[in-house]
Amino acid sequence: MSDDVVADDAPEPVAEPEPELRCGVPVTWSRGQEVLHPTRDQLLTVVGSLRDDGFWFCTDLCAVDYSAHGGDRNLPDAVAGERFEVVVNLVNHRDRQRIRLRVQVPEADPRVPSLFAIHPGTEAPEREAFDLFGITFDGHPDLTRILLPDEWVGHPLRKDHPVGRIPVQFKAAPAAR
Amino acid sequence: MTDTTTAPGPARDALDDAVRRLTTDDAVLRLSETEAEERSGYQADSERMIMNMGPQHPSTHGVLRLVLELEGETITRSKPVIGYLHTGMEKTGEDLTYVQGATNVTRMDYAAPLFNELVFSMATEELLGIEVPERAQWIRMLMCEMNRLSSHLLFMATNGMDLGAVSMMLYGWREREEVLRFFEAVTGLRMNHNYIRPGGVAADLPDGWRDDVLRIIDALPARLAEFDVLMTGQPIWRDRLQGVGVITAEEALALGATGPILRSTGYAWDLRRDLPYLRYDEVDFDVCVGSYGDCFDRYAIRLAEIGESIRIIRQVLDKMPAGDYRIQDKKVTPPPRARIDESMEALIHHFKIFTEGFRVPEGEVYVAVESPRGELGCYLVSDGTAKPYRMHIRGPSFVNLQTLPHLMKDSLIADTVAIVSSVDPIMGEVDR
Repeated sequence: MSDDVVADDAPEPVAEPEPELRCGVPVTWSRGQEVLHPTRDQLLTVVGSLRDDGFWFCTDLCAVDYSAHGGDRNLPDAVAGERFEVVVNLVNHRDRQRIRLRVQVPEADPRVPSLFAIHPGTEAPEREAFDLFGITFDGHPDLTRILLPDEWVGHPLRKDHPVGRIPVQFKAAPAAR
Repeated sequence: MTDTTTAPGPARDALDDAVRRLTTDDAVLRLSETEAEERSGYQADSERMIMNMGPQHPSTHGVLRLVLELEGETITRSKPVIGYLHTGMEKTGEDLTYVQGATNVTRMDYAAPLFNELVFSMATEELLGIEVPERAQWIRMLMCEMNRLSSHLLFMATNGMDLGAVSMMLYGWREREEVLRFFEAVTGLRMNHNYIRPGGVAADLPDGWRDDVLRIIDALPARLAEFDVLMTGQPIWRDRLQGVGVITAEEALALGATGPILRSTGYAWDLRRDLPYLRYDEVDFDVCVGSYGDCFDRYAIRLAEIGESIRIIRQVLDKMPAGDYRIQDKKVTPPPRARIDESMEALIHHFKIFTEGFRVPEGEVYVAVESPRGELGCYLVSDGTAKPYRMHIRGPSFVNLQTLPHLMKDSLIADTVAIVSSVDPIMGEVDR
């Protein structure tokens, strides 16, 4: 029995795959979906070369605040997790493929280059991420609040932003007799 | 038969051209809400006037505000101002369990609520790594195609009303009501059903559902022919829509537009055919495309899509299998009602699922379906607890609204109503 276990274990270090790369950035797979992890500096180049590969359609851009996430973030070894993440979803219509980009954005300097010049359709989603997360997109033509009023303070989708509550009265109020 | 031709790829230089045009053509009035307020009205020193349309204008389909810069009656620049219905539903979603989540998302696109439930449930199932039973998948398809009927009929009604065909408003509403009555029989509610849930659907189809569906889809083709007579061939209708609000395929792609807006340009892209989900690869239907990318094509596509949905529903009726309407996975599915009466464990289990919910393994996933308005996506991040860590909905209306300034540039103010109507935004989904 124990011999079998050793025999099974032995080839594993050899079979350890090299870190997968695409467009020069690490790749992970999440439930069968391909995810690239470019840095902020690589983002524009990667999106540009993916566009040359046929990923000419940008469906979605959103942000995630990972500050309260206690679990495994499924990042490749080479990428250190930061507080924020900007997630870009691209589609290749010709080969009918989707691909996702996850960009780490540090809390101290929440800036990401804007994709507006490559995909003008990211204008509204980037404004939304700015509005709700406070992430700045460099090169965006009109980075203003989109869903909340201009004078709003704070960025509600950040995990440290409390959910508003209406006080509930559990006992009957004194009658106004 | 499903059209198997590949989605047409745009020529690379045409796409680059469109991006260059869209980023430099100065169609978007980039003013903040406050600035727009200050500068609105007649300005003595300028040829141009800034005017606010909405948010309470009846043709803006809810609470969309348009800031228009006018030169005489011509629109030079414009900007949609949104957020009036924003209630933080993505934040709310982080505070609800996966069981409760469908109740939340169904309130986003209130004209097509079942699609919201579907995409949220599919994303959750993808994270759980479960596959729902075959019958549940066909029930989902049936309900979603019925929902596409009601949503497009609502479009027919409001589009007619916006352009002065008031009788169309009543006809459209009448037909939609029939579908909603069917929804009420199946789900208990006319809207915001919470019917499609992670793991399947909430209940099996009721007795007599087949007759109810047949009654609706047998009556509709004759009514569609009436709509055709009433609108499609009418010279006034055509004059108001043809050549108005034109967009090219490359521009639509660059702006992220999906659904009837993208297809009106002749670009055949429909997730049901191109990235099939549920059992759409087992039914035959055509993807309807236009050729000019104008308001008329967008109207005609939706009219034709009603016919295609009827075609799909007929096939669903033929192929509906017997079986379970939800997955028999004790982790996800509450025990049947009868078991609760006889088993204490079942009662506890039932209680646990509805109070604590079920835990979903860590991971992140993006799932998309073809809603009546385009690609409806859901990005879910799980941290291993019973509530989504992040729930983001990619509303097609939200992205499609970006085409408005480009559709309206250099058109007349009277065409604004026709153009907004043809984009068919649902503000609940835009603002979330």
